[in-house]
Amino acid sequence: MSSSTDQQKHKGQEVQKISAEQIAAMRDEMLRFTTLQLRDAVLAEDVVHDALNAAFASDKFTGRGDLKSWVFAILRNKIIDVIRERSRHPTESYLEEDDSDDQFKKNGHWNKNHKPSNWGHPEKALANEQFWVVFNICLKELPENTARVFMMREHLGLELKEVCKELNLSNSNAWVIMHRARSQLRKCLEINFMQEGVL
Amino acid sequence: MMKCKQAAKLMSQAQDRNLTFNERISLKFHLLMCSGCTQYNKQMDFIRKAMKQLK
Repeated sequence: MSSSTDQQKHKGQEVQKISAEQIAAMRDEMLRFTTLQLRDAVLAEDVVHDALNAAFASDKFTGRGDLKSWVFAILRNKIIDVIRERSRHPTESYLEEDDSDDQFKKNGHWNKNHKPSNWGHPEKALANEQFWVVFNICLKELPENTARVFMMREHLGLELKEVCKELNLSNSNAWVIMHRARSQLRKCLEINFMQEGVL
Repeated sequence: MMKCKQAAKLMSQAQDRNLTFNERISLKFHLLMCSGCTQYNKQMDFIRKAMKQLK
């Protein structure tokens, strides 16, 4: 590893080595990431545009190897700004009354039809295109606010306490929302992809 | 005795916070006897893994 002063010395050359194709590829990836997070393709374009502008206008970049993670760090902050702004005007509450959890019987055990089945080796699915189609459909079926919390935690990679701070949620509400998201996603994947013995 | 509903809740929370000693023990004990929750637990890890690879 070179020291940070070395990295800074090389900065000019390193940035020039980035090709237009590399930037275009990164931009595509940023767009997919942002659209997933914000569920709004037009807004995503703006946010990615802002992030790229901020990235290339800044002189804080310290080496080519870090370029992608550095640009994505900027993008994450831009996305959080948008989410923060949106959550000031919530269109639905984060915890709707929804105790229709039919996964469990009254005695707290799994309902026969909802008992989690054996997925075998689900990691194999990660290389399967059809799996990702189903996975994205299942994600889109999450209610908007549930998805927002879940995506901030699992896709943006924030700690849950940071998510709580951004969205002004209590820990216990956030746990309930995360549990709901994971449960629904699990159920959706099981019904639509993970039949026993397939993987 | 812990029920599946409560176990499922804890398995999700385990992804977001450190469970207390008692929670860990009762969950472990429940998992030893419950195949449904054992699968659920594996599936939670898988979902996190998938989310990390989501493009």
